[in-house]
Amino acid sequence: MAEKEALFELRAVTKSFGGLVVADKLSFHVDEGEIVSLIGPNGAGKTTVFNLVTGLYRPDSGEIRFESRDIVGLPPHRITQLGIARTFQTLRLFLNMTVKENVMAAAYGHTRSTVFEAIFRLPRARREEREIAQLAEEKLAFFGQRLAGYRHDQQAYNLSYANRRRLEIARAMATNPRLLLLDEPAAGMNPAETHELTELIGRLRTEGGYTVLVIEHDMHVVEGISDRVIALDHGIKIAEGSFEQVATNERVIEAYLGLRGAA
Amino acid sequence: MGSGGDIPEIPARPDERERPRVGVDEWVANVEDRREERAGIAGLAGRIDDLVPPWARLAAFGLVAASLPLWMERGDLFAYGIFTLIYVLLGLGLNVVVGYAGLLDLGYVAFFGFGAYFYALLSSEQYGIHWPSAVSFPVVVVSTALLGLVLGIPSRRLLGDYLAIVTLFFGQAFVVFVNAANPTVRGKGLTGGPNGIADIDPNDLFGYELTTRRQQYWFILGAVLLVLIGLHFLSESRTGRAWRALREDPLAAEAMSIPVNRLKLMAFAFGAAIAGLTGCMFAAVLTAVTSGNFALPILITIYAAVILGGIGSLTGVVIGAIVINVSFQFLAPENPQDNARILFYAVIVLLLLLGIRPLWRLAAVLGGTIAFGLMAHAIAEAISPSWTAGAVVEGGRFGDVVADWVIIPADNERFANAAYIALVVAILALTKIHGWWRTGLLVPTVYLATIVWETSFVAQPAVARWILFGALLVFLMTKRPQGLLGTPRVEIV
Repeated sequence: MAEKEALFELRAVTKSFGGLVVADKLSFHVDEGEIVSLIGPNGAGKTTVFNLVTGLYRPDSGEIRFESRDIVGLPPHRITQLGIARTFQTLRLFLNMTVKENVMAAAYGHTRSTVFEAIFRLPRARREEREIAQLAEEKLAFFGQRLAGYRHDQQAYNLSYANRRRLEIARAMATNPRLLLLDEPAAGMNPAETHELTELIGRLRTEGGYTVLVIEHDMHVVEGISDRVIALDHGIKIAEGSFEQVATNERVIEAYLGLRGAA
Repeated sequence: MGSGGDIPEIPARPDERERPRVGVDEWVANVEDRREERAGIAGLAGRIDDLVPPWARLAAFGLVAASLPLWMERGDLFAYGIFTLIYVLLGLGLNVVVGYAGLLDLGYVAFFGFGAYFYALLSSEQYGIHWPSAVSFPVVVVSTALLGLVLGIPSRRLLGDYLAIVTLFFGQAFVVFVNAANPTVRGKGLTGGPNGIADIDPNDLFGYELTTRRQQYWFILGAVLLVLIGLHFLSESRTGRAWRALREDPLAAEAMSIPVNRLKLMAFAFGAAIAGLTGCMFAAVLTAVTSGNFALPILITIYAAVILGGIGSLTGVVIGAIVINVSFQFLAPENPQDNARILFYAVIVLLLLLGIRPLWRLAAVLGGTIAFGLMAHAIAEAISPSWTAGAVVEGGRFGDVVADWVIIPADNERFANAAYIALVVAILALTKIHGWWRTGLLVPTVYLATIVWETSFVAQPAVARWILFGALLVFLMTKRPQGLLGTPRVEIV
């Protein structure tokens, strides 16, 4: 390949469960610094893509490349350590840990102190502990007042739904990723919160320096943030381009509204 | 793209004195706190746990515990002091596996047994090996940790109940192996079969042998304090957090860069290492080990201690172990039966105290029961003096009072059986009725329970202590599932 390789790329990735093909020769890429949206009707295979990328599923064939290496077959925690972090559509926080602990736990992958060092409070363990705490506060500060101050020591189950979504993002950020995968970050948020989130995703790029791949149903969010939009249906990429291009694409409209099938 | 500046202003936390407005998420968020405040004695314990810093708690515990040998008799120090410390250590190790990592390990006692037997082999006449503790302790602890690792390898893919079954099998297999397999090594049964291994050397502190109970007690206390400190630091480290994360949600933990399988193995190995360490000291204190020391009852006891105290809380484990062992030793068969009697009535009153609200209803039940008893006793005596002619078993001063209140006929046995059946029926009926009817029925039920106690159970404290204990645990778990000092766990919100 003559030109520079993309930060992240799917090459003909296929996955099926029994007879059901959930990803069919799927290929797309995300460049460094881009915000790309993944859209499609329910069951289109969007979350499956995330599960394939993060190693929860293993593709039947195809390549998933990140920073010019194939990450297929690596265990999920290795993939996260390489720099791909995700949030969960269904919210999988560590509910019985505090807000700050949730974020601190995610720093496991880039800290090194051993059990022995922790028990005896050796210098490296102490230093890392300080760094992790600071990192967590930094990441939480990204959300302004929402997760500030007194919230740090609250159990995660005390948080409202929208704040849990924010905490999921903060937790993913604490793994020090280059690529953030956000799975429906605006689900369950009211319009004001959705608006705030749209700006937040922009800041993730400008201030955080992350590249973002986001699954989203709310078209206002998609329109507001996306450099590029990729539309999926039945595990097949049916459209790709700017928001306007995809939104007016006939196949996308069909997939959402089912014109042909609505007889 | 939007810039950072225009996030809408969110009001800061409302002032404490300000009345919270319904619907404000701050108000919703504090529901748990307010609920906690109302939780009575146990809630108070929880708040103390929050307020007193860990080092102060440790210092208080250390000082009180260290002063124990100064005023306690030798026999009591063994039964109450040393055994409590052994349970504390075992509970702390189990807490790592079950409390932090959330792995239901029912084979835990096998690690304890392995440690004890291994120490026995290294420091007894069995093979004429007499290693100093400074050598044998590390060897045993590391080997037990490795055994934990080996058991962990097949177990790490098993979840929940399946892990429990496999580890339970391992625990039983250990007992059978020690007891029955007893392979011959260098012309001798390795584990001594049912006889176990005797004449085990005492622990030594760099050559100084710890032979008196006091020395042993302080030695074990030292180990407990060190383990407590180490575990406190560990639980606040990346490893401790990762364990709790995998307990909460293994999949999310894995996705957040935590190598879940490796951490499960580490938890197994770490818990096993503490159990192995405990085994070394246990074997040395008893000077003999047999397989019976490492069977199911002790597993149940340790679990009870950890659950009672509150899974995941170090202070809770210590308190749980103290409560469990002290009440157990208190009820030991060699103690006077009046101990058991006092505990029984205390438990009844405690259960009523915790279970009945509001207060006037509680007062009605207590007063009603006393009046009911006096009345029933008087009526029975009026009908025929032989109905109340039976004597209380081993009555102390308290027993004499009870004898004037509980009906104990001269011909005990048939009456006792009838009372037992009536009690079961009454308890079943209690679960089916509500309101005033329940309060009313509670009075004769409590009275029946005392009759059953005085006529059947008090003569068999070995049985009675398990029954008492079970009742207390069941009740505590329904009232406060997180244990005395555990934080309430929320599964789904």
